Amino acid sequence: MSTSSQEKSKVISNISGAEAVIRCLLEEGVETLYGYPGGAIMPIYDELYKFQDILHHVLTRHEQGATHAAQGYARTSGKVGVAMATSGPGATNLVTGIADAQIDSTPMVCITGQVASHLLGSDAFQETDIIGISTPVTKWNYQITKASEIPEIMARAFYIARSGRPGPVLIDITKDAQFEHFDFGYKKCTGIRSYQPYPILDQVKVDEAIALINQAKKPFIVWGQGVILGQAESEFKTFVEISGIPAAWTILGLSALPTDHPSNRGMVGMHGNYAPNLLTNECDLLIAIGMRFDDRVTGDLNTYAKQAKIIHLELDPAEVNKNVTADITLLADCKISLQRLNEKITPKSYPEWIQRFDELDAIEYKKVIHHDLHPTKPGLTMGETIEMINRFSKGNAVIVTDVGQHQMVACRYAKFNQSKSNVTSGGLGTMGFALPAAIGAKMGAPEREVVAVIGDGGYQMTIQELGTIFQQRLAVKIVVLNNDFLGMVRQWQQLFFDKRYASTEMVNPDFVKIAEGYYIQAKRINQRDELENAVKEMIASDQPYFLEVCVEKEDNVFPMIPSGASVSAIRLE
Amino acid sequence: METKTYTISVYSENNVGLLNRISAIFLKRHINLESFSTSASEIPDVYRFVIVIHVTPDTVRRLVQQIEKQVDVIKAFYHTDEETIFQENALYKVKSSALFEERHIQNIIKNSHANIVTVSPEFFVIEKTGFREETEQLRKDLEPYGLLQFVRSGRISVTKAKMGISEILNTFKNNNN
Repeated sequence: MSTSSQEKSKVISNISGAEAVIRCLLEEGVETLYGYPGGAIMPIYDELYKFQDILHHVLTRHEQGATHAAQGYARTSGKVGVAMATSGPGATNLVTGIADAQIDSTPMVCITGQVASHLLGSDAFQETDIIGISTPVTKWNYQITKASEIPEIMARAFYIARSGRPGPVLIDITKDAQFEHFDFGYKKCTGIRSYQPYPILDQVKVDEAIALINQAKKPFIVWGQGVILGQAESEFKTFVEISGIPAAWTILGLSALPTDHPSNRGMVGMHGNYAPNLLTNECDLLIAIGMRFDDRVTGDLNTYAKQAKIIHLELDPAEVNKNVTADITLLADCKISLQRLNEKITPKSYPEWIQRFDELDAIEYKKVIHHDLHPTKPGLTMGETIEMINRFSKGNAVIVTDVGQHQMVACRYAKFNQSKSNVTSGGLGTMGFALPAAIGAKMGAPEREVVAVIGDGGYQMTIQELGTIFQQRLAVKIVVLNNDFLGMVRQWQQLFFDKRYASTEMVNPDFVKIAEGYYIQAKRINQRDELENAVKEMIASDQPYFLEVCVEKEDNVFPMIPSGASVSAIRLE
Repeated sequence: METKTYTISVYSENNVGLLNRISAIFLKRHINLESFSTSASEIPDVYRFVIVIHVTPDTVRRLVQQIEKQVDVIKAFYHTDEETIFQENALYKVKSSALFEERHIQNIIKNSHANIVTVSPEFFVIEKTGFREETEQLRKDLEPYGLLQFVRSGRISVTKAKMGISEILNTFKNNNN
């Protein structure tokens, strides 16, 4: 292996592989990690015990929770999240979180224990081929069988996880390698021969892009998480403000530009806003920034923005012309591409084009938003609950969501003043993500208010993490929007399967009692006049707090683009 | 879009698990491989995969992008048959009695430009290098005489155009420094 490197740290003689793993974590600046012990990783846990004053290990209640917590931590802190588990079932329980981190480009290092190297392949107790299992869902993975490999491989793991388009890395360490002693020295990885994470921007393309932008009469920006991952929020804001171009976000791009910024025209995609979806097929130039044209954003590709020229700012060469063919690709970190565009962009405004957005916004407000936020029916809506959270959080909270109706409603209506505030499972759509992710989100940004908004279905997939919240005394606020249904699936059954509600109705337990069982203050409301005080009390609390809001059972989320249809086929009812 | 035969050439580090990682890219897209071979390359410590698939131009482009994205892959290319020089290698094991009793078999071997690798009292082994049609023809010709075993290697190929891996490696080295 050829790793160019800085000076090695001082050599520490004759330490165990297990201690070396801990020292590697410290060298990489890790302060917090999430995990669950077991046989094959016990030597490392034994070292964690010795280092507990400087390295905080959070015992989750399930290994899946450890990965989602590590993801939440990474998303609010911008650092690499770390999760740890034993071999066999411990390792396989990490897989959902790893797949989630892979598709949502979250930097994460997972460390798994493995049976001793002489037992590999013998179907030993708690042996699984986690390298084989995790290969398709990791950015990189490696099995360590000798202690001497630990420093270089751990350095690579962190470098690969955080550089370029971030992603999850799994390092599997056999038990004998954890016990083995060797002389430890650490050097951070600064480059790998076969891995070029930052393509060099072609200035000619920048000039071509500027020419296209100058010609455009109806330009439109769609931005994604690349703006956040590239720490390009300020460059992006400058670009939007100088260019005067209306901009809309993908679900993971949310919060990169404040909600109330005049150029922020809302969300694109299946449950996105009316104007940005419809006008995707009216614009003459689409500038895609740090987004990957996911099918939930584009709908039918054959009818997606066919009339428009396309400029794609993208870091990952594998995303270039993958789903949508761009006229110009700026292949580089979008922070750099935006800086270069900002040097040459001409200030402009598009009053008539903006007027189109305003007109369509008014239609959406009348048909959908008004009813969501100011309902006249007796049942509480998800929308008014989110609006109430906005009122008391003042747009300063981190909102962590799970998957389904509540997620779409929260993303549509939550207000954000600052970046890294929206934590959700976008690409994989992992139910059960929110509760453990909120743990990591709070620890990654301890000074911030963290509100987890979860449906009654997803909540029960990882409900045991209430134990972690209680044990860690984390002031996470949990709002369960309970409609006694798997709401999004029920909505599809209503609209596309003739109301055959197959296995979507839930008979739920007493959520308040469960929370109280974990010594968490809890409240249930089902009347509109209770909402204000309940949310006020929740936000004011400096402790964990559980609020169950019993909402209208059979509400639907609109607008909606039916699966596989054109963005132009967006429905308001 | 029309499908075509493409040869993908991958230059990589020699790391355990990379084979799995590359084959997973095809598995994920439900693509069957026509052939797959791996060996050393012209550069020390750099390994080469030669993968043959029958897909559309868009699919092969996306596959190569995904392969190149892997951390341990240095560079991946794809080429049509016209852009490469390629060969396969086949071995045929036949009863020795056939060689002595059937004069015709000697003509088959001679005409096909195959080589006899070994002869023993019980069997002899013929080797043939060439295009798929040629090794396949020889198999058909020998079948009536009782083929004890037949095996064919995956395609190996070199490109007509240069790949410039050494230059790429030098650029990478400079980028990292």
